[in-house]
Amino acid sequence: MTQDSDLTRLTLAQARDGLRAKSFSAQELTRSFIDRVAASDKLNAYILATPELALEAATRSDKRLADGDARPLEGLPIGVKDLFCTSGVRTTACSDILGDFTPTYESKVTENLWQDGALMLGKLNNDEFAMGSSNETSAFGPCINPWQTDDKTPLVPGGSSGGSSAAVAARLGLAATATDTGGSIRQPAALTGTVGLKPTYGRCSRWGIVAFASSLDQAGPIARTVRDSAIMLTSMAGHDARDTTSADISVPDFEAALTGDIRGLRVGVPQEYRVDAMPSEIETLWQQGMDWMRDAGAEIVDVSLPHTKYALPAYYIIAPAEASSNLARYDGVRYGARKPGADIDDMYAQTRGAGFGEEVQRRLLIGTYALSAGYYDAYYLKALQVRRLIAQDFEKAYEKCDVLLTPTTPSAAFALDKAQADPLEMYLNDVFTVTVNLAGLPGISVPAGLDANGLPLGLQLIGKAFGEEELLRAAEVLETAAGFSSEPTEWWNAS
Amino acid sequence: MTEKTNLIAGVTGDWEIVIGLEVHAQVTSDAKLFSGAATTFGAEPNTQVSLVDAAMPGMLPVINWKCVEQAVRTGLGLKAQINRYSVFDRKNYFYPDLPQGYQISQYLQPIVGEGEIEIDLEGGAVKTVGIERLHLEQDAGKSLHDQHPDLSFVDLNRSGVALMEIVSRPDMHSAGEAQAYVKKLRAILRYLGTCDGNMEQGSMRADVNVSVRKPGDELGTRCEIKNVNSIRFIGQAIEHEARRQIDVIEDGGKINQETRLFDPKRGETRSMRSKEEAHDYRYFPDPDLLPLTFSAEFVDDIARTLPELPDDKKKRFMDDYGLSAYDAGVLVSEAENADFFELAAKGRDAKATANMVIGSVFAGLNKAGLTIADSPVQAEQVGQLVDLISDQTISSRIAKDVFDLMFDEGSDQGRDPSDIVEEKGLKQVTDTGAIEAAVDAVIAANPDKVEQAKAKPKMAGWFVGQVMQSTGGKANPQAVNQLVLAKLGIEDQ
Repeated sequence: MTQDSDLTRLTLAQARDGLRAKSFSAQELTRSFIDRVAASDKLNAYILATPELALEAATRSDKRLADGDARPLEGLPIGVKDLFCTSGVRTTACSDILGDFTPTYESKVTENLWQDGALMLGKLNNDEFAMGSSNETSAFGPCINPWQTDDKTPLVPGGSSGGSSAAVAARLGLAATATDTGGSIRQPAALTGTVGLKPTYGRCSRWGIVAFASSLDQAGPIARTVRDSAIMLTSMAGHDARDTTSADISVPDFEAALTGDIRGLRVGVPQEYRVDAMPSEIETLWQQGMDWMRDAGAEIVDVSLPHTKYALPAYYIIAPAEASSNLARYDGVRYGARKPGADIDDMYAQTRGAGFGEEVQRRLLIGTYALSAGYYDAYYLKALQVRRLIAQDFEKAYEKCDVLLTPTTPSAAFALDKAQADPLEMYLNDVFTVTVNLAGLPGISVPAGLDANGLPLGLQLIGKAFGEEELLRAAEVLETAAGFSSEPTEWWNAS
Repeated sequence: MTEKTNLIAGVTGDWEIVIGLEVHAQVTSDAKLFSGAATTFGAEPNTQVSLVDAAMPGMLPVINWKCVEQAVRTGLGLKAQINRYSVFDRKNYFYPDLPQGYQISQYLQPIVGEGEIEIDLEGGAVKTVGIERLHLEQDAGKSLHDQHPDLSFVDLNRSGVALMEIVSRPDMHSAGEAQAYVKKLRAILRYLGTCDGNMEQGSMRADVNVSVRKPGDELGTRCEIKNVNSIRFIGQAIEHEARRQIDVIEDGGKINQETRLFDPKRGETRSMRSKEEAHDYRYFPDPDLLPLTFSAEFVDDIARTLPELPDDKKKRFMDDYGLSAYDAGVLVSEAENADFFELAAKGRDAKATANMVIGSVFAGLNKAGLTIADSPVQAEQVGQLVDLISDQTISSRIAKDVFDLMFDEGSDQGRDPSDIVEEKGLKQVTDTGAIEAAVDAVIAANPDKVEQAKAKPKMAGWFVGQVMQSTGGKANPQAVNQLVLAKLGIEDQ
């Protein structure tokens, strides 16, 4: 290991402070990450590394740092989920159907990050079109979790933002952008011992992010600490006139909200989240979390979210329905891959049959079915009604509490191919996270402990709409109390 | 109410046609419904396409408020209910000129609800046709099949252009009523400035729903004739389709609900797709767009800027200018025509001006295939010409010649009438001495006719004609008439 690699041990906040203190340069920092990325092929976290672009940006950042003109994220190298369109850099959503598609435009969220001085190390693996909870549906092959048990079985890093979670866990970037439609930030964070923050729907612009389910998609960071997540969100968030659903409200300095003081905070514990077959160690960790919060001065309140059991079925109607329409544009006519056919209908069938993977096709079929004449009322409309009831559940709960505490996932990281065999089992991964998307609320997963096999487990805090400051404050207290400091062994490192 | 004259005869008795129209009118705006791309007609292919119009990954629609304003303005012009809460839906289907794979439209909750239009029928009759709804939607691009032997090309310039779909009630019962409806609707849209109504350029086109029934029966099964793009074709399509349906039924057949195409070359409709083959569009609310809402003040502000509409203008022309319903109707058919008339008639005899505008200007433009904007004769010049007649500087007959000189191509085109009259010496001769001499000459040369005239006083007209001829039309006709009668010794009748 070179001396430089030590820089990758820094949190994003520490690296920021170190650059400002001139302890090291942005180029040094960037180079150490580039070297680590180059030695991480076994993880398959990056599907496209952009070291030259990163170093050019680092050079510019060093100039600004020298000139005393540093921006909030000046010179900080991060990874970008391949769902974000990056100008001049191939963007595929990890689908064959986009081929070598290279956007001429930059997503609003990444543009915000670059304008604040951050720089990109490359594009990160994810489930194809963000459809999956294991990163196994990617056209670039699965991303592997840096964490392993003693038997060395390859484990999934969660999904769909598996590349983002794996990269942050393996120190292949100070943080990463990610997106969350049903749990795609929080579940992979929980499975990799990282912090994953899904903001309130509308907090970040969706402009330039490849759409999965428009009414649920939301961008957020995966980072090593709550503080890093707060710093990232401050830059990522903001109103964008080009996204009608982005909220026209000001963005606070989320880092400033981390006071460590949650005395008097009412933490709700929803009884419906005690699902059957939940491992006892998760149950125990959850109880531990309540104790930590109580010890920090919070009040634990029992609350009820009675429609929770309908959330997963409703989600798997609404998300595929929107996806079936959102993905219609990938037709081989204007960009991306095209397979010739006998006529135009055949060309569509050939192109989409070859370009979309099995899971994407499954969801497009489900979604098309749910919207079809004769089924719309029974499925799509009913799901929208459930969605309203779930949102009302949260509103009621928040009359009694300020944040909610739940497990993030029903299990720790699982072996490759396990979920693929049974799609329904994979869908169950989202059981604690989808409600938050359906209600449009912010949620964060914080690493809280290890299971019996030494794999990380996360706890989730759920906030009120646009209550990210309170949420992050509580999350940092939870993080501190949990004191999670384990690291994966570097079995993958080729250097 | 059905009028008897609208019924058409079949071998089993009379039939009634029932017609409803869905008119697609392109919203007049500088940019598209959900993107900032331009909408100029006739631009090079694919030069007016934004990332949104091409449905690039991650692109999102943003409503163009100018189009919303235009839809509300149109709704107000149709005396329709304005819905301050409406919803954009996606209509899903695959086609190469539909980049998103769906059209953003309004399905269950349109921006404008029920309204009505008064249409003008032959003989000055008026009929009210109900408007069911008006909604905003995106236009598709255009597939070009004639550019390459094996491939089709796509031009996305129109992709995303804002359309208003205006749906009528099935209140029309003849081709003529349907044509009158489209004419009136087009006039209203043009008055409002919300659609240029240019059917040749495709900024207005109609889907025509036709069914037939025996008077008093339930509605028959309808066929929809898609995308008819001229008023003449609308008439032809209805006439043909109604006759086809009657023949099918009278031959013992059944009408199948289907979509048909009108072939202007053959003047007939033919089947495009049956109900069974119809798309399942899987409409659902567009999750990229919030429901469209606006305040009552937004509507009030637009209402305050509404112009005088054709019906009101027609009534005013009849009341203020004393014009006939027919003349007023002709004059208000286009706002520009009405403005031309009002400018010409300012401060002078309105009826005489209306006659000149309709009989000379419109007739001339029509013949030359020009619009009022291209008229070689200006409104003020028409007024001057009317003045020259009323102050007896020239006769009506000479005025016609002068107008032709002003209108037709040539060295006098576009000149002021007084200059032409002056230069060509066309002033009416009112000098009785000169006229008297001319009358005397004609009488002297035609003694036989003089005898006849004494027996048959109507023969006086022949002498008047001769005198007018010999004076080149410049003699004051009244003066000539009086002198002829006096010289022939005929009592003034």
